[in-house]
Amino acid sequence: MAVPTITAQDVRIVYKTLKSMTIRNSLLSFRPGRMELFEAVHPMSFETYEGDVVGIIGKNGSGKSTLLRAVSGIFSPDSGTLNTYQNTVSLMALGVGFRPDLTGRENIFLSGLLLGYRESQIREKLQEIIEFSELGDFIDRPVRTYSSGMFSKLAFSISAIMEPDILLIDEVFSVGDAKFKKKSYQKIKMLLEERVKTAMVVSHNMDTLRKLCNRVLWIHEGTLRADGPTEEVISAYEAESAEGK
Amino acid sequence: MKRLLRDLKKYRFYLLYSAKSELRAEVAGSYLNWLWWILDPLLFMLVYSFIVRIVFSAREQYFAAFVLVGLTVWNFFNKTVQGSVGVIRKNKSVVSKIYLPKYLLILTNMLVLGFKMAVSLALIFLLMIVMGVPFTLHILHAVPVLLVLVLITFGIAVFFMHFGVFVRDLYNVTTVLLRMVFYMTGVFYSLPLRVPAPYGELLVRLNPVAFVTESLRGALLYGTAPDYLLLAIWGAVGLALSLCGILMVYRYENSYAKVI
Repeated sequence: MAVPTITAQDVRIVYKTLKSMTIRNSLLSFRPGRMELFEAVHPMSFETYEGDVVGIIGKNGSGKSTLLRAVSGIFSPDSGTLNTYQNTVSLMALGVGFRPDLTGRENIFLSGLLLGYRESQIREKLQEIIEFSELGDFIDRPVRTYSSGMFSKLAFSISAIMEPDILLIDEVFSVGDAKFKKKSYQKIKMLLEERVKTAMVVSHNMDTLRKLCNRVLWIHEGTLRADGPTEEVISAYEAESAEGK
Repeated sequence: MKRLLRDLKKYRFYLLYSAKSELRAEVAGSYLNWLWWILDPLLFMLVYSFIVRIVFSAREQYFAAFVLVGLTVWNFFNKTVQGSVGVIRKNKSVVSKIYLPKYLLILTNMLVLGFKMAVSLALIFLLMIVMGVPFTLHILHAVPVLLVLVLITFGIAVFFMHFGVFVRDLYNVTTVLLRMVFYMTGVFYSLPLRVPAPYGELLVRLNPVAFVTESLRGALLYGTAPDYLLLAIWGAVGLALSLCGILMVYRYENSYAKVI
Protein backbone atom coordinates (compact mmCIF):
# COMPACT_ATOMS: atom_id res chain seq x y z
CA MET A 1 0.00 0.00 0.00
CA ALA A 2 1.82 3.08 1.20
CA VAL A 3 5.10 3.66 -0.65
CA PRO A 4 7.77 5.11 1.61
CA THR A 5 9.50 8.26 0.34
CA ILE A 6 11.77 9.20 3.21
CA THR A 7 13.04 6.86 5.86
CA ALA A 8 15.06 8.34 8.67
CA GLN A 9 16.70 5.88 11.01
CA ASP A 10 18.31 7.24 14.18
CA VAL A 11 19.37 10.41 12.41
CA ARG A 12 21.64 12.48 14.60
CA ILE A 13 23.13 15.82 13.69
CA VAL A 14 25.92 17.45 15.59
CA TYR A 15 27.30 20.93 15.14
CA LYS A 16 30.92 20.86 16.02
CA THR A 17 31.48 24.26 17.42
CA LEU A 18 34.88 24.10 15.91
CA LYS A 19 34.14 27.81 15.82
CA SER A 20 36.32 27.99 12.74
CA MET A 21 39.37 27.99 14.93
CA THR A 22 42.00 30.61 14.47
CA ILE A 23 45.63 29.85 13.95
CA ARG A 24 46.44 31.41 17.30
CA ASN A 25 44.16 28.97 19.04
CA SER A 26 45.57 25.96 17.31
CA LEU A 27 49.11 27.06 18.04
CA LEU A 28 48.47 27.82 21.68
CA SER A 29 46.38 24.83 22.56
CA PHE A 30 48.29 21.62 22.65
CA ARG A 31 45.23 19.47 22.76
CA PRO A 32 44.24 18.94 19.16
CA GLY A 33 40.71 19.53 18.06
CA ARG A 34 39.35 21.12 21.19
CA MET A 35 35.79 21.59 20.16
CA GLU A 36 32.40 21.88 21.66
CA LEU A 37 29.71 19.59 20.43
CA PHE A 38 26.18 20.70 20.08
CA GLU A 39 23.70 18.00 19.26
CA ALA A 40 21.03 19.81 17.28
CA VAL A 41 19.11 16.68 16.42
CA HIS A 42 19.22 13.72 18.77
CA PRO A 43 18.79 10.29 17.23
CA MET A 44 15.42 10.47 15.54
CA SER A 45 13.48 8.08 13.35
CA PHE A 46 10.48 8.65 11.16
CA GLU A 47 9.11 7.61 7.81
CA THR A 48 7.00 9.41 5.25
CA TYR A 49 4.91 7.95 2.46
CA GLU A 50 3.67 9.02 -0.92
CA GLY A 51 0.94 11.59 -0.56
CA ASP A 52 2.09 12.81 2.83
CA VAL A 53 2.25 16.48 3.61
CA VAL A 54 4.09 16.57 6.89
CA GLY A 55 4.11 19.64 9.08
CA ILE A 56 6.98 20.24 11.46
CA ILE A 57 6.43 22.32 14.56
CA GLY A 58 8.49 23.24 17.58
CA LYS A 59 10.10 26.19 19.29
CA ASN A 60 12.86 28.22 17.69
CA GLY A 61 16.15 26.40 17.83
CA SER A 62 14.62 22.99 18.31
CA GLY A 63 16.26 21.58 15.19
CA LYS A 64 13.52 21.86 12.59
CA SER A 65 15.56 23.64 9.94
CA THR A 66 18.58 21.48 10.64
CA LEU A 67 16.48 18.40 10.03
CA LEU A 68 15.16 19.76 6.74
CA ARG A 69 18.63 20.68 5.59
CA ALA A 70 19.82 17.17 6.32
CA VAL A 71 16.93 15.67 4.37
CA SER A 72 17.70 17.94 1.43
CA GLY A 73 21.33 16.83 1.40
CA ILE A 74 23.03 20.11 2.28
CA PHE A 75 24.80 18.18 4.97
CA SER A 76 24.64 14.55 5.88
CA PRO A 77 23.66 13.18 9.29
CA ASP A 78 26.53 12.42 11.65
CA SER A 79 25.11 9.02 12.40
CA GLY A 80 22.07 7.03 11.40
CA THR A 81 20.74 6.75 7.89
CA LEU A 82 18.50 8.85 5.74
CA ASN A 83 17.04 7.15 2.71
CA THR A 84 15.11 9.13 0.14
CA TYR A 85 14.68 6.26 -2.33
CA GLN A 86 16.19 8.05 -5.34
CA ASN A 87 13.54 10.74 -5.19
CA THR A 88 14.63 14.22 -6.13
CA VAL A 89 14.60 16.40 -3.06
CA SER A 90 14.77 20.12 -2.84
CA LEU A 91 14.51 22.67 -0.15
CA MET A 92 12.48 25.64 -1.21
CA ALA A 93 14.99 28.37 -0.61
CA LEU A 94 14.51 31.96 -1.60
CA GLY A 95 16.98 33.80 -3.76
CA VAL A 96 19.67 31.16 -4.04
CA GLY A 97 22.68 32.46 -5.88
CA PHE A 98 21.23 35.90 -6.57
CA ARG A 99 23.68 38.55 -7.65
CA PRO A 100 22.47 42.05 -6.85
CA ASP A 101 24.21 43.68 -9.81
CA LEU A 102 22.39 41.58 -12.37
CA THR A 103 18.88 42.11 -13.65
CA GLY A 104 15.93 40.08 -12.46
CA ARG A 105 15.85 38.21 -15.73
CA GLU A 106 19.50 37.21 -15.51
CA ASN A 107 19.02 36.13 -11.93
CA ILE A 108 16.19 33.84 -12.95
CA PHE A 109 18.62 32.01 -15.21
CA LEU A 110 21.38 31.98 -12.65
CA SER A 111 19.19 30.69 -9.87
CA GLY A 112 17.41 28.20 -12.12
CA LEU A 113 20.66 26.73 -13.42
CA LEU A 114 21.91 26.42 -9.88
CA LEU A 115 18.76 24.53 -8.93
CA GLY A 116 19.61 22.05 -11.65
CA TYR A 117 17.46 23.16 -14.57
CA ARG A 118 18.61 23.40 -18.16
CA GLU A 119 18.66 26.70 -19.94
CA SER A 120 15.94 25.57 -22.33
CA GLN A 121 13.67 24.55 -19.45
CA ILE A 122 14.11 27.93 -17.83
CA ARG A 123 13.41 29.74 -21.07
CA GLU A 124 10.14 27.82 -21.29
CA LYS A 125 9.14 28.86 -17.80
CA LEU A 126 10.53 32.38 -18.04
CA GLN A 127 7.31 34.08 -19.01
CA GLU A 128 5.39 32.26 -16.33
CA ILE A 129 7.88 33.27 -13.66
CA ILE A 130 7.92 36.91 -14.72
CA GLU A 131 4.15 37.10 -14.77
CA PHE A 132 3.86 35.42 -11.42
CA SER A 133 6.35 37.79 -9.86
CA GLU A 134 4.29 40.86 -10.91
CA LEU A 135 7.48 42.81 -11.44
CA GLY A 136 6.64 44.25 -14.84
CA ASP A 137 9.43 46.39 -16.26
CA PHE A 138 11.56 45.99 -13.18
CA ILE A 139 12.52 42.54 -14.39
CA ASP A 140 15.20 44.13 -16.56
CA ARG A 141 16.65 46.30 -13.83
CA PRO A 142 19.39 45.24 -11.44
CA VAL A 143 18.10 43.36 -8.43
CA ARG A 144 19.86 45.75 -6.05
CA THR A 145 17.35 48.43 -7.05
CA TYR A 146 14.42 46.27 -5.90
CA SER A 147 12.44 46.87 -2.77
CA SER A 148 12.58 44.01 -0.32
CA GLY A 149 9.05 43.02 -1.26
CA MET A 150 9.92 42.87 -4.94
CA PHE A 151 12.99 40.86 -4.15
CA SER A 152 11.11 38.21 -2.27
CA LYS A 153 8.38 38.07 -4.88
CA LEU A 154 10.92 37.31 -7.56
CA ALA A 155 12.68 34.81 -5.34
CA PHE A 156 9.45 33.03 -4.55
CA SER A 157 8.41 32.90 -8.19
CA ILE A 158 11.62 31.15 -9.10
CA SER A 159 11.37 28.64 -6.29
CA ALA A 160 7.78 27.89 -7.17
CA ILE A 161 8.65 26.41 -10.56
CA MET A 162 10.55 23.62 -8.89
CA GLU A 163 8.73 20.35 -9.08
CA PRO A 164 10.80 17.81 -7.19
CA ASP A 165 9.48 14.52 -5.86
CA ILE A 166 10.03 15.67 -2.32
CA LEU A 167 9.57 19.31 -1.53
CA LEU A 168 10.83 20.82 1.69
CA ILE A 169 9.49 24.18 2.76
CA ASP A 170 10.98 26.25 5.53
CA GLU A 171 8.71 29.18 6.42
CA VAL A 172 8.27 30.86 3.09
CA PHE A 173 4.60 31.72 3.25
CA SER A 174 4.80 35.29 4.36
CA VAL A 175 6.10 36.93 1.23
CA GLY A 176 5.05 40.20 -0.32
CA ASP A 177 1.78 42.07 0.14
CA ALA A 178 -1.57 40.57 1.08
CA LYS A 179 -2.50 39.77 -2.48
CA PHE A 180 0.79 38.10 -3.26
CA LYS A 181 0.65 36.19 0.00
CA LYS A 182 -2.63 34.69 -1.01
CA LYS A 183 -1.36 33.87 -4.46
CA SER A 184 1.80 32.24 -3.19
CA TYR A 185 -0.20 30.24 -0.69
CA GLN A 186 -2.44 28.97 -3.48
CA LYS A 187 0.61 28.08 -5.52
CA ILE A 188 2.15 26.08 -2.72
CA LYS A 189 -1.12 24.36 -2.06
CA MET A 190 -1.36 23.39 -5.72
CA LEU A 191 2.22 22.10 -5.67
CA LEU A 192 1.58 20.03 -2.58
CA GLU A 193 -1.64 18.55 -3.80
CA GLU A 194 -0.83 17.85 -7.40
CA ARG A 195 2.84 17.85 -8.17
CA VAL A 196 4.94 16.42 -5.42
CA LYS A 197 4.96 12.99 -3.82
CA THR A 198 5.79 14.17 -0.34
CA ALA A 199 6.30 17.50 1.31
CA MET A 200 7.67 18.59 4.65
CA VAL A 201 6.63 21.99 5.85
CA VAL A 202 8.15 23.95 8.72
CA SER A 203 5.90 26.71 9.94
CA HIS A 204 4.86 28.59 13.02
CA ASN A 205 1.50 29.33 11.53
CA MET A 206 -0.81 26.64 12.89
CA ASP A 207 -3.71 27.62 10.65
CA THR A 208 -1.61 27.08 7.55
CA LEU A 209 -0.46 23.73 8.80
CA ARG A 210 -4.01 22.68 9.66
CA LYS A 211 -5.06 23.41 6.13
CA LEU A 212 -2.12 21.84 4.33
CA CYS A 213 -0.91 18.88 6.32
CA ASN A 214 -2.24 15.43 7.02
CA ARG A 215 0.39 14.72 9.63
CA VAL A 216 2.59 16.68 11.99
CA LEU A 217 5.92 16.06 13.67
CA TRP A 218 6.55 17.95 16.89
CA ILE A 219 10.21 18.45 17.57
CA HIS A 220 11.24 19.52 21.03
CA GLU A 221 14.88 20.32 21.79
CA GLY A 222 16.13 17.98 19.12
CA THR A 223 13.94 15.02 19.93
CA LEU A 224 10.76 13.85 18.33
CA ARG A 225 8.06 14.64 20.86
CA ALA A 226 5.04 13.57 18.87
CA ASP A 227 4.17 12.24 15.44
CA GLY A 228 0.56 11.92 14.46
CA PRO A 229 -2.51 13.36 12.77
CA THR A 230 -2.41 17.14 12.38
CA GLU A 231 -5.17 18.16 14.76
CA GLU A 232 -4.04 15.91 17.57
CA VAL A 233 -0.43 17.06 17.62
CA ILE A 234 -1.18 20.74 17.08
CA SER A 235 -3.70 20.78 19.90
CA ALA A 236 -1.20 19.23 22.26
CA TYR A 237 1.44 21.72 21.16
CA GLU A 238 -0.88 24.67 21.58
CA ALA A 239 -1.99 23.46 24.95
CA GLU A 240 1.57 23.35 26.14
CA SER A 241 2.49 26.71 24.60
CA ALA A 242 -0.50 28.27 26.33
CA GLU A 243 0.75 27.03 29.66
CA GLY A 244 3.87 29.01 28.92
CA LYS A 245 6.41 26.27 29.39
CA MET B 1 36.12 9.96 -10.34
CA LYS B 2 32.80 9.05 -11.88
CA ARG B 3 31.13 11.45 -9.55
CA LEU B 4 33.44 14.20 -10.64
CA LEU B 5 32.55 13.75 -14.30
CA ARG B 6 28.85 13.48 -13.54
CA ASP B 7 28.87 16.62 -11.45
CA LEU B 8 30.86 18.54 -14.01
CA LYS B 9 28.36 17.55 -16.65
CA LYS B 10 25.40 18.40 -14.51
CA TYR B 11 26.63 21.80 -13.47
CA ARG B 12 28.44 22.88 -16.64
CA PHE B 13 25.69 25.28 -17.65
CA TYR B 14 25.62 26.88 -14.26
CA LEU B 15 29.38 27.17 -14.30
CA LEU B 16 29.42 28.99 -17.61
CA TYR B 17 26.49 31.21 -16.86
CA SER B 18 27.77 32.08 -13.44
CA ALA B 19 31.18 33.06 -14.82
CA LYS B 20 29.56 35.06 -17.57
CA SER B 21 27.33 36.90 -15.18
CA GLU B 22 30.22 37.57 -12.83
CA LEU B 23 32.00 39.29 -15.69
CA ARG B 24 28.85 41.14 -16.63
CA ALA B 25 28.31 42.30 -13.08
CA GLU B 26 31.85 43.60 -12.96
CA VAL B 27 31.26 45.60 -16.10
CA ALA B 28 27.90 46.93 -14.99
CA GLY B 29 29.34 48.61 -11.92
CA SER B 30 32.11 50.73 -13.42
CA TYR B 31 32.48 53.65 -15.81
CA LEU B 32 35.14 52.31 -18.10
CA ASN B 33 33.59 48.87 -17.83
CA TRP B 34 35.28 46.29 -20.03
CA LEU B 35 38.17 48.61 -20.78
CA TRP B 36 39.45 47.67 -17.35
CA TRP B 37 40.22 44.17 -18.53
CA ILE B 38 42.77 45.77 -20.84
CA LEU B 39 43.79 48.70 -18.70
CA ASP B 40 44.49 46.68 -15.60
CA PRO B 41 47.34 44.57 -16.98
CA LEU B 42 48.63 47.48 -19.08
CA LEU B 43 48.82 49.92 -16.20
CA PHE B 44 50.53 47.40 -13.94
CA MET B 45 52.97 46.69 -16.72
CA LEU B 46 53.78 50.39 -16.93
CA VAL B 47 54.30 50.63 -13.19
CA TYR B 48 56.71 47.71 -13.05
CA SER B 49 58.45 48.74 -16.26
CA PHE B 50 59.06 52.18 -14.83
CA ILE B 51 60.35 50.92 -11.51
CA VAL B 52 62.59 48.26 -12.90
CA ARG B 53 63.87 50.16 -15.90
CA ILE B 54 64.61 53.40 -14.12
CA VAL B 55 65.37 52.29 -10.61
CA PHE B 56 67.09 48.99 -11.21
CA SER B 57 68.15 49.68 -14.80
CA ALA B 58 67.29 46.20 -15.99
CA ARG B 59 68.05 45.10 -19.50
CA GLU B 60 66.00 42.00 -20.23
CA GLN B 61 65.11 41.75 -23.88
CA TYR B 62 61.61 42.95 -24.89
CA PHE B 63 61.11 44.21 -21.39
CA ALA B 64 57.47 45.37 -21.59
CA ALA B 65 56.29 42.05 -23.00
CA PHE B 66 58.52 40.25 -20.53
CA VAL B 67 56.75 41.92 -17.61
CA LEU B 68 53.34 41.42 -19.13
CA VAL B 69 53.85 37.66 -19.41
CA GLY B 70 54.88 37.59 -15.77
CA LEU B 71 51.84 39.58 -14.76
CA THR B 72 49.50 37.42 -16.81
CA VAL B 73 50.61 34.23 -15.14
CA TRP B 74 50.83 35.81 -11.72
CA ASN B 75 47.40 37.43 -11.79
CA PHE B 76 45.75 34.16 -12.67
CA PHE B 77 47.54 32.18 -10.00
CA ASN B 78 47.45 34.82 -7.30
CA LYS B 79 43.81 35.80 -7.62
CA THR B 80 42.59 32.22 -7.84
CA VAL B 81 44.41 31.15 -4.70
CA GLN B 82 43.65 34.33 -2.81
CA GLY B 83 40.00 34.12 -3.77
CA SER B 84 39.64 30.48 -2.85
CA VAL B 85 40.47 31.03 0.81
CA GLY B 86 37.24 32.85 1.53
CA VAL B 87 35.13 31.51 -1.30
CA ILE B 88 32.86 29.33 0.82
CA ARG B 89 32.13 32.06 3.30
CA LYS B 90 31.54 34.54 0.51
CA ASN B 91 28.96 32.23 -1.03
CA LYS B 92 27.32 31.43 2.25
CA SER B 93 23.87 32.15 0.87
CA VAL B 94 24.32 29.41 -1.71
CA VAL B 95 26.22 26.90 0.39
CA SER B 96 23.75 26.96 3.27
CA LYS B 97 20.69 26.62 1.06
CA ILE B 98 21.39 23.97 -1.54
CA TYR B 99 23.94 21.33 -2.28
CA LEU B 100 26.52 21.93 -4.92
CA PRO B 101 30.00 20.51 -5.30
CA LYS B 102 32.02 23.17 -3.58
CA TYR B 103 35.00 23.17 -5.92
CA LEU B 104 32.64 24.57 -8.55
CA LEU B 105 32.99 27.89 -6.78
CA ILE B 106 36.71 27.83 -7.50
CA LEU B 107 36.10 26.79 -11.08
CA THR B 108 33.76 29.74 -11.60
CA ASN B 109 36.48 31.99 -10.31
CA MET B 110 39.04 30.38 -12.57
CA LEU B 111 36.82 30.82 -15.60
CA VAL B 112 36.47 34.51 -14.86
CA LEU B 113 40.20 34.91 -14.33
CA GLY B 114 40.90 32.67 -17.31
CA PHE B 115 38.95 35.05 -19.47
CA LYS B 116 41.01 37.95 -18.20
CA MET B 117 44.13 35.94 -18.83
CA ALA B 118 43.02 35.47 -22.43
CA VAL B 119 42.65 39.23 -22.78
CA SER B 120 46.12 39.63 -21.34
CA LEU B 121 47.52 37.10 -23.77
CA ALA B 122 45.97 38.99 -26.66
CA LEU B 123 47.69 42.11 -25.34
CA ILE B 124 50.99 40.28 -25.26
CA PHE B 125 50.60 39.37 -28.90
CA LEU B 126 49.83 42.98 -29.75
CA LEU B 127 52.86 44.11 -27.83
CA MET B 128 54.99 41.53 -29.62
CA ILE B 129 53.93 42.96 -32.96
CA VAL B 130 54.64 46.49 -31.83
CA MET B 131 58.04 45.60 -30.41
CA GLY B 132 58.95 43.50 -33.41
CA VAL B 133 59.38 40.23 -31.55
CA PRO B 134 59.80 37.48 -34.14
CA PHE B 135 56.87 35.06 -34.20
CA THR B 136 58.04 31.46 -34.22
CA LEU B 137 56.34 28.10 -34.07
CA HIS B 138 57.61 27.84 -30.52
CA ILE B 139 54.57 29.87 -29.54
CA LEU B 140 52.61 26.62 -29.64
CA HIS B 141 54.55 25.44 -26.58
CA ALA B 142 52.48 27.93 -24.65
CA VAL B 143 49.46 25.60 -24.77
CA PRO B 144 50.80 22.75 -22.62
CA VAL B 145 52.50 25.28 -20.35
CA LEU B 146 49.21 27.07 -19.67
CA LEU B 147 47.49 23.74 -19.11
CA VAL B 148 49.97 22.89 -16.39
CA LEU B 149 49.41 26.31 -14.87
CA VAL B 150 45.67 25.63 -14.67
CA LEU B 151 46.21 22.23 -13.02
CA ILE B 152 48.70 23.51 -10.47
CA THR B 153 46.59 26.54 -9.65
CA PHE B 154 43.43 24.51 -9.14
CA GLY B 155 45.25 21.90 -7.08
CA ILE B 156 46.62 24.50 -4.71
CA ALA B 157 43.40 26.53 -4.60
CA VAL B 158 41.30 23.51 -3.56
CA PHE B 159 43.41 22.98 -0.48
CA PHE B 160 43.28 26.64 0.45
CA MET B 161 39.51 26.60 0.05
CA HIS B 162 39.18 23.59 2.32
CA PHE B 163 41.34 24.92 5.12
CA GLY B 164 40.00 28.42 4.64
CA VAL B 165 36.63 27.18 5.84
CA PHE B 166 37.95 26.02 9.17
CA VAL B 167 40.82 28.35 9.80
CA ARG B 168 39.58 31.89 9.79
CA ASP B 169 42.85 33.75 9.68
CA LEU B 170 44.28 31.66 6.89
CA TYR B 171 43.59 34.69 4.74
CA ASN B 172 46.29 36.73 6.46
CA VAL B 173 48.79 33.93 6.16
CA THR B 174 47.96 33.45 2.50
CA THR B 175 48.58 37.09 1.75
CA VAL B 176 52.09 36.88 3.13
CA LEU B 177 52.80 33.54 1.52
CA LEU B 178 51.64 34.74 -1.85
CA ARG B 179 53.78 37.85 -1.58
CA MET B 180 56.75 35.62 -0.94
CA VAL B 181 55.94 33.47 -3.95
CA PHE B 182 55.53 36.66 -5.96
CA TYR B 183 59.15 37.62 -5.38
CA MET B 184 60.28 34.07 -5.90
CA THR B 185 58.57 34.00 -9.26
CA GLY B 186 60.36 36.88 -10.90
CA VAL B 187 57.33 38.62 -12.27
CA PHE B 188 59.38 41.65 -13.25
CA TYR B 189 62.86 40.23 -13.30
CA SER B 190 64.50 37.17 -14.64
CA LEU B 191 65.26 34.71 -11.87
CA PRO B 192 68.21 32.98 -13.53
CA LEU B 193 69.80 36.34 -14.35
CA ARG B 194 69.12 38.25 -11.17
CA VAL B 195 69.33 35.71 -8.41
CA PRO B 196 72.87 34.48 -7.81
CA ALA B 197 73.56 30.93 -8.92
CA PRO B 198 72.63 28.30 -8.02
CA TYR B 199 69.52 29.71 -6.32
CA GLY B 200 68.05 31.35 -9.40
CA GLU B 201 68.01 28.15 -11.42
CA LEU B 202 66.85 26.21 -8.42
CA LEU B 203 63.90 28.51 -7.86
CA VAL B 204 62.81 28.16 -11.44
CA ARG B 205 62.76 24.42 -11.04
CA LEU B 206 61.19 24.18 -7.63
CA ASN B 207 58.60 26.93 -7.89
CA PRO B 208 55.97 25.84 -10.39
CA VAL B 209 54.74 29.38 -10.95
CA ALA B 210 58.24 30.56 -11.77
CA PHE B 211 58.74 27.58 -14.01
CA VAL B 212 55.53 28.29 -15.90
CA THR B 213 56.41 31.97 -16.21
CA GLU B 214 59.89 31.29 -17.54
CA SER B 215 58.64 28.62 -19.94
CA LEU B 216 55.94 30.90 -21.26
CA ARG B 217 58.43 33.70 -21.80
CA GLY B 218 60.68 31.31 -23.62
CA ALA B 219 57.90 30.05 -25.84
CA LEU B 220 56.40 33.42 -26.68
CA LEU B 221 59.31 35.85 -26.72
CA TYR B 222 62.58 34.02 -27.13
CA GLY B 223 61.64 31.07 -29.30
CA THR B 224 62.75 28.32 -26.93
CA ALA B 225 61.01 25.09 -25.97
CA PRO B 226 60.19 24.41 -22.32
CA ASP B 227 61.88 21.63 -20.40
CA TYR B 228 59.26 19.03 -21.18
CA LEU B 229 60.39 16.53 -18.58
CA LEU B 230 59.99 19.08 -15.82
CA LEU B 231 56.74 20.29 -17.34
CA ALA B 232 55.39 16.75 -17.28
CA ILE B 233 56.44 16.34 -13.67
CA TRP B 234 54.72 19.56 -12.63
CA GLY B 235 51.69 18.57 -14.68
CA ALA B 236 51.52 15.27 -12.82
CA VAL B 237 51.92 17.00 -9.50
CA GLY B 238 49.15 19.43 -10.41
CA LEU B 239 46.86 16.61 -11.47
CA ALA B 240 47.55 14.65 -8.30
CA LEU B 241 46.93 17.71 -6.13
CA SER B 242 43.70 18.47 -7.96
CA LEU B 243 42.36 14.95 -7.63
CA CYS B 244 43.33 14.62 -3.97
CA GLY B 245 41.77 18.00 -3.36
CA ILE B 246 38.54 17.03 -5.02
CA LEU B 247 38.37 13.77 -3.11
CA MET B 248 38.94 15.67 0.10
CA VAL B 249 36.25 18.18 -0.76
CA TYR B 250 33.75 15.42 -1.53
CA ARG B 251 34.54 13.84 1.78
CA TYR B 252 34.31 16.90 3.99
CA GLU B 253 32.16 19.43 2.14
CA ASN B 254 29.14 18.31 4.11
CA SER B 255 30.51 19.96 7.18
CA TYR B 256 31.21 23.28 5.44
CA ALA B 257 27.62 24.40 5.78
CA LYS B 258 27.75 23.75 9.51
CA VAL B 259 30.91 25.67 10.24
CA ILE B 260 30.30 28.92 8.38
